[in-house]
Amino acid sequence: MESLSNKKKVLEVKPLNFWERAYLPAIAKGLSITMGHFFKKPVTIQYPEQKREFSENFRGQHSLKRDENGAERCTACGLCALSCPAEAITMTAAERQKDEEHLYREEKYAAVYEINMLRCIFCGLCEEACPKEAIYLDGDVVASDYLRKDFIYGKDKLVEAPLNQ
Amino acid sequence: MEIADILIKFGLIIVIFLISLVVAMYSTYAERKVAAFFQDRVGPNRAGPWGILQPLADGGKMFLKEEIIPTNATPFLFIVGPSLAILTACIGSAVIPWGQNIVIAGKTIPLQVTDINVGILYIFGVVSLGVYGVMIGGWASNNKYSLLGAIRAASQNISYEISMGLSIIALLLVTHTLSLGEIAQQQHGWHWNVIYQPVGFILFLICAFAETNRTPFDLPECETELVGGYHTEYSSMKLGFYLFAEYINMFISSAVMVTLYWGSYNYPGMDYMNGLLGPTWGPLLGFAVMFFKVLLFIFFFMWVRWTIPRFRYDQLMDLGWKVLIPLAIANIVITACVITFL
Repeated sequence: MESLSNKKKVLEVKPLNFWERAYLPAIAKGLSITMGHFFKKPVTIQYPEQKREFSENFRGQHSLKRDENGAERCTACGLCALSCPAEAITMTAAERQKDEEHLYREEKYAAVYEINMLRCIFCGLCEEACPKEAIYLDGDVVASDYLRKDFIYGKDKLVEAPLNQ
Repeated sequence: MEIADILIKFGLIIVIFLISLVVAMYSTYAERKVAAFFQDRVGPNRAGPWGILQPLADGGKMFLKEEIIPTNATPFLFIVGPSLAILTACIGSAVIPWGQNIVIAGKTIPLQVTDINVGILYIFGVVSLGVYGVMIGGWASNNKYSLLGAIRAASQNISYEISMGLSIIALLLVTHTLSLGEIAQQQHGWHWNVIYQPVGFILFLICAFAETNRTPFDLPECETELVGGYHTEYSSMKLGFYLFAEYINMFISSAVMVTLYWGSYNYPGMDYMNGLLGPTWGPLLGFAVMFFKVLLFIFFFMWVRWTIPRFRYDQLMDLGWKVLIPLAIANIVITACVITFL
């Protein structure tokens, strides 16, 4: 049949000549190729000591941000939980007391804020939904662990470290 | 024989035994390192500096693993298999000449456990016993994959022993002796047998790969077809013994190849060096040269392993019976003609 793409190439299968059938030259060639690799620099990245650089828009572990005075920005509006396609986020809201103004920016805050890291798909929709710029996926890779319950990260792991410490 | 002689022999046996065990142990480490280097990787580097404690960690793991003997296996033969494999691997080194006679404190000590006049036949006997370990182990496992692996190992070893023996005959025509000690002495300086028997050496090398079940002839352990081959059912140190036996075999067959073809402990300019270093350090240098050659061969075994893919079983048999044996016979005929008529 006529080739339409004009890319058709008829391959000719030649019988092997003596040296090709003897294998040994081919083996010698293969050995020289592997020897070339023997002296190449390994491409391995020694993981815990060395780390590959992440891209700028890498999404890692979440962190709950503080404002310039060190108060938590999150107001427990629940938009992140609502936007989360994996339903990984839950929270319990609480009202700010009189003497807690330096701790929480708005009058309402999240008393409990939990993300299930096994459910999270790191899509970043929570970050986009947040009206207070309180959550960002700017952390490192989420560490492995032994138990499922240990993957539910609370505020102790999520909230940014206080400013002046 | 005096008591002192017996003690010296005993010491020599212990030293050679330890050397072969340590070399086998570090061959496992070297194999992984070499594999890594050939694949642009780093290899084991966590246990100790550069990972040199890796073999100890592996050995410790092997010893501490639970020992499992399958319900349907024959317990006695199941244990005999790996024991036989490691035993036959270890006794091969007895006839290999590791160096010239060495003089220590006025006493001349041969660096060879025993120079029996049929040394090569002894090696062949031991090598063909080696297949029993694999065969018994595979059969006693009562598992079809183990049995298939064992059958493959047995038929492969028997096929390649023939061409190995035939390639040696041509060498014997040149050397006129079966004693490995004498063969080593004949290759004084640079008169290495590989110069007179290049084809014989290549045949022997190919057969050595097949006899030690190394890639490209590692069909008895072909994972893709046979799970683990003859040691599928084995665990803990019994598995360790099988793997260890393979590395000791590699060491011994490297030593045999060096002795038979690559000049044993001889090197060009050895007379000058012996005169310079005296009767104690000269032979030791010879031993170091021999050891270096052996290590090069072990490296070559690994180099080939990470280069050439495995043969198909029919190709393996074709190569053994239709190529190597006719070539070996032709080699014998040509060698005999050359020796007789020239």
